[in-house]
Amino acid sequence: MKKKSMKGWLYLLPAMVFLGCFMVYPLIDVLIYSLEEGYNSASQTYYGVGLYNYSYVLRDPYFLQAVRNTFLLVIITVPLSTGIALLISLGLNAIKPLRNLYQTIYFLPYVTNTLAVGLVFMILFKKTAYTDGLVNLMIQWFGGKSVDFIDGPYWAKMFVLCFYTVWVVMPFKILILTSALASVNPEYYSAAKMDATRSWRVFYKITLPMISPMIFYLVITGFIGAFKAYSDAVALFGTDLNAAGMNTIVGYVYDMLYGNSGGYPSFASAAALILFAIVLTITCINLLISKKHVHY
Amino acid sequence: MENKIDFDRIERRAALRKGAFRTADYIFLTVWALVVLFPFYWMVLTSVKSYGAYNGEYIPRFFTASPTLQNYVDAFTTVSLGRYFLNTIIFTVVTTAVMMAVIIPAAFAFARLEFPGKGIAFTLFLSLMMIPNELVVITNFVTITNLHLRNTFTGLILPSVTSVFYIYLLKENFEQIPDELYRAAQVDGTRDFEYLTRVMIPISKPTLVTIVILKVIECWNAYVWPRLITDDARYFLVSNGIQEIRENGFGRENIPAMMAAVVVISVPLIVLFLIFHKKVMAGVSRGGTKG
Amino acid sequence: MKVVLQNLTKRFPSRSKKGDDVIAVNDFNFEIPDGKLIGLLGPSGCGKSTTLNLICGLEAPTSGSILFGEDDVTRLPPENRGVGLVFQNYALYPHLTVLDNILFPLQNLRGAEKLPRAQMLEKAMTAAKLVQIDELLERKPSELSGGQQQRVAIARALVKMPRVLLLDEPLSNLDARLRLQTREEIRRIQQETGITTIFVTHDQDEAMSISDMIVVMKAGVVQQIGAPQDVYDQPVNLFVATFLGTPPINVFDGTVRAEKLYIGEAAVCDVPGVGDQRVTVGIRPEGFVLDQNGPFAVKLSRVEVMGRDTSVVSTHPSSRNPVIRSIIPSLSRVDKTAETVRFSLIPQKVFLFDAETEARIPFESGIPGEGKQA
Repeated sequence: MKKKSMKGWLYLLPAMVFLGCFMVYPLIDVLIYSLEEGYNSASQTYYGVGLYNYSYVLRDPYFLQAVRNTFLLVIITVPLSTGIALLISLGLNAIKPLRNLYQTIYFLPYVTNTLAVGLVFMILFKKTAYTDGLVNLMIQWFGGKSVDFIDGPYWAKMFVLCFYTVWVVMPFKILILTSALASVNPEYYSAAKMDATRSWRVFYKITLPMISPMIFYLVITGFIGAFKAYSDAVALFGTDLNAAGMNTIVGYVYDMLYGNSGGYPSFASAAALILFAIVLTITCINLLISKKHVHY
Repeated sequence: MENKIDFDRIERRAALRKGAFRTADYIFLTVWALVVLFPFYWMVLTSVKSYGAYNGEYIPRFFTASPTLQNYVDAFTTVSLGRYFLNTIIFTVVTTAVMMAVIIPAAFAFARLEFPGKGIAFTLFLSLMMIPNELVVITNFVTITNLHLRNTFTGLILPSVTSVFYIYLLKENFEQIPDELYRAAQVDGTRDFEYLTRVMIPISKPTLVTIVILKVIECWNAYVWPRLITDDARYFLVSNGIQEIRENGFGRENIPAMMAAVVVISVPLIVLFLIFHKKVMAGVSRGGTKG
Repeated sequence: MKVVLQNLTKRFPSRSKKGDDVIAVNDFNFEIPDGKLIGLLGPSGCGKSTTLNLICGLEAPTSGSILFGEDDVTRLPPENRGVGLVFQNYALYPHLTVLDNILFPLQNLRGAEKLPRAQMLEKAMTAAKLVQIDELLERKPSELSGGQQQRVAIARALVKMPRVLLLDEPLSNLDARLRLQTREEIRRIQQETGITTIFVTHDQDEAMSISDMIVVMKAGVVQQIGAPQDVYDQPVNLFVATFLGTPPINVFDGTVRAEKLYIGEAAVCDVPGVGDQRVTVGIRPEGFVLDQNGPFAVKLSRVEVMGRDTSVVSTHPSSRNPVIRSIIPSLSRVDKTAETVRFSLIPQKVFLFDAETEARIPFESGIPGEGKQA
């Protein structure tokens, strides 16, 4: 006989204090900030309540640039990383010796500091006064022209950012997909073999549907994660992302809060809430699509 | 009537095709393995090239004739890399410890105890999972500033302790421990707290280890929050420390020393990973699928 | 299509350096006549499932050959053999409807054999009607009961008109009531289609009740092959005698002296033609006849009422089992208070086995012929 006592609340108390202070209160606070117009952090006064902050943000060219960058990043990296991860997982699934070795290697990026490794990427891709950089060297081997990927044209910078982002997110996706593939009951494959099913049909009709829940999970979380991109960009291009034209939405929020043009928590809040709204919408769309396609 | 000859040919062709696939597979997998490993190789390689040698290379070399450890010395002496290291260790250890002390009772309460309002509390709690960190950071920044906790360990640690996801994960794990154990313990006169410490925690050790490992990785690589609230170099952690070095320190000119710093801060986690790789990967996989 | 197995052997190399190789199937020889239902019977690990895998091609034999009719299929991959396999856990594709599951094999046909959609549907409907699942075609496997899932699995295996149908432990996942029903279904389907069918089971009840012939296996070696009643009445060794029959045969230590069988001190049965020796004796439960002057005396433990029969549970010093079960018609009354009960034995239900080799020692009891040796 379980008696309901208040003891449970006691156990919950520490968590509630932390969550309350650092999660619930900020949530409400941010909402309020975003609606306070003309907030001045020095005097902590504001004019009135309204949507001025939102309209400011939505017209700020830096914000729009950040939105463009972020959307590009999302559209390119999520399908690409999920697709490559799937191919790699299938490849891993097909071999037995050395599989553990490959898996361990593939997981390395997950445990490393993105800023630290980002620096390495920056060095590899950057063209300096001294040298063209290793990547440009390899391009020249193939007869191409060297490009500064860090300080050069927009498409080059976008390329490095996408490449690095994919590099960073692959470990998690590979891990999830390999365990999903391993969890498919081998009897299905035996049954298909008895029926003389061709390999691509086995993949399309059996393997893919069986792991579809996991794939959708990766797509949904991939979208959410990609929208929040920030430290990857900083690792490559430095803290002043606006100067490089590679700011992301999150970067814009932090800039508003702290950076050179900072001290505007209202704008930051408005931008953050806009981001939240975008992510929520896209996630809902994704969930609706997945309900239609995911099997059990 | 099957011909024996046909068999041989079919078998040989099938074996050839299988062999070709397998080779292509290995090539493909090796290519990505190289893509993953190459930055690390370059990191270490550059860190042992001497300053002069590195800058003199118009065409980057894949090897170095005279490796040197001078860069490592430079890294530690020209900037207080050691300090960043120490800060990060303190930050990681304390945050993880405090977090565990907070989430274990909370998960226990949700999983095992009955109390009035539990349903509502849990629903509210779940909805917190949807709140992105970026939103929360804004207010926390202002809060910490107003409490004059910038550039302090307290300011660094406190907001980093909270995690809804880990409480959820641990609660799920606790729930899998059968009710009968709890009832048997009750009959034996065990109080709830003893039950938690003597039974649930030992049984849930794998999940607890996973959570610790994941949190350690998170703390070690933390960048945004330290960056926001510390501008005093004495309180930098390794990530924003590195960023500082890159922009204002010798980062611009002395790339090899930069790389030495990068190697130094990457090594601890990599070593930990190599030792515990099975546990880490199993834990992340489990945590990922629960999400 | 008759199936011939010749010297079929499957050897698995041992995993450790010291252990021996495991011989899962040892020199299996059998010619299965066309259109018969064959039961492969034996305890777990006896090699019956491995034999099934060899016949369908999911495993390759170490030596020996398999023929379907006149064709040697030993090295043919499974998809080319024309075998239908029903898995123990059915292996129905969970994301496809019943109809799509049944259509699946047909959609794999290519080239000359490729069928237009209408014909595929027709074949699928025929198979579905055969197993009586045609009402449930739009459901997904998770919405079906165990018995229904099994029928879908059978339909899927049959839809491509295989030369041989194989079933792996078809009844083990079903509850007792369903088992009786389903084994009749299997028998009916087999007779309607006339396809040579081999199924694997560890339940001797199942095997005996529906098979045309049963194969008893132990540790990879075939013990006996024959019609169920023959194998029951003429077991070739102690293992076969104890494996078949519920309740199991009662085993005793005995001696033969002067063509009489002695259990303990009593001469319980005449065994003409058998030399003097120590023997192991098996007596079927139905081989006991209540007889106040009978030669075989046992100490009564209890009497169990079974309605149609009565089970007399007793003990005897020479008995190898903890108790002896004798089944007598309920019309014979037993004095429950008595300490001892006396029986006489029906000679056809008494089997002698060599004390060391456990091979059967036949004696003239009036039954013509013997069970076929493997």
